[in-house]
Amino acid sequence: MIRAAGPDSLLVIVPALNEEGAIGAVVRAVREHVPGVPVLVIDDCSTDGTIAAARQAGAEVLTLPHHLGLGGCVQAGYKLAYSLGFQYVIRVDGDGQHDARDIPRILERLKTSGCEMVIGSRFVEANGSRTGAARSLAIRFFRLVLRPILGKPVHDPTSGFVGVNRAALAVFSRSFPLEYPEIEALVVLQRRRFRFEEVPVKMLPRMAGRSSITARVSLYYMAHVLLGVFVNILKYDRRLRRSPGTSRPKNGGGVGG
Amino acid sequence: MDRLLNVTTVLSILLLLMVLFSVRRAHIRVEYSVSWLLTSLAMLLLSRSRPLLEIITRWSGVPDTPLTLFLISGGLFLIMFFRFSVIISHLRDDNVALAQRVAILEYHIHSLENHES
Repeated sequence: MIRAAGPDSLLVIVPALNEEGAIGAVVRAVREHVPGVPVLVIDDCSTDGTIAAARQAGAEVLTLPHHLGLGGCVQAGYKLAYSLGFQYVIRVDGDGQHDARDIPRILERLKTSGCEMVIGSRFVEANGSRTGAARSLAIRFFRLVLRPILGKPVHDPTSGFVGVNRAALAVFSRSFPLEYPEIEALVVLQRRRFRFEEVPVKMLPRMAGRSSITARVSLYYMAHVLLGVFVNILKYDRRLRRSPGTSRPKNGGGVGG
Repeated sequence: MDRLLNVTTVLSILLLLMVLFSVRRAHIRVEYSVSWLLTSLAMLLLSRSRPLLEIITRWSGVPDTPLTLFLISGGLFLIMFFRFSVIISHLRDDNVALAQRVAILEYHIHSLENHES
């Protein structure tokens, strides 16, 4: 069983759906580059050998009883991490696109900056990362939309390579978008006046499988996320209003960090 | 006009019977059948009470009596669909939370079993 050890305990979570071809290498890479850090694979009801491959590589596996989608899957990991007392959680995708060598830099930035969230970004510095046309269009569009909402530019709003501290973990354990969560999660944090930063990372080619955001679904993706963003802005948060002290950040000052 | 009202009456009675049979066979829960029953009764009442329908038509400014019937029926069904969307959204949220809880509890159980063995 994974345990939070020490005041700087880190858990790496890997949401996975039918990633048998890549998950073993992902887990091994994380264990190699951040030794001693527990790795939790959250299996979103895969029909292939994802669970066995993850366990064989040395990961703990949280198996969902039925398919929840990416947001529900990631939130399950956040809930477990929060209940076990972890201070930091870094999410790595199960398709092998995220380079585990970047994890220590994300963790370091989380600790030193005091930000609630650190995003591993492909576009802070030109690093040769390639993105599909549909996703690239969505990223450009949401950069424009999010700029005035967040009060600062975000270069890679769709990145799933994300680290959070315990304050953000507490928020995400209670409230996390179910579909396409990355962009909406930024708005959820902004409503709490939490801060985020981006660190440059390199994206690798997928080891297996295909991106869920194809050209065909990109328009639905943009409409869905856009609606989610504005709903999150307008949403009346009863818990926050009832007890304004409980959800305030320890180092306020807005997302514009 | 009379034929339209008669067709509406038949459809209302069919809907009413279908809902009652479904409730009796426990295919639909009583609390979710109420809105269907009320809608079918409202349609039945309007289709059998032409003066009432004409009063509503004059009052609302709709140029045509059949159009009034159509608008009222459509409006009632739209409200019901919206209500069911709200219920489904709540069920989805509850379902996700429950699935996550089951997964976390199972994880703890397996961990304890492994620890003991």
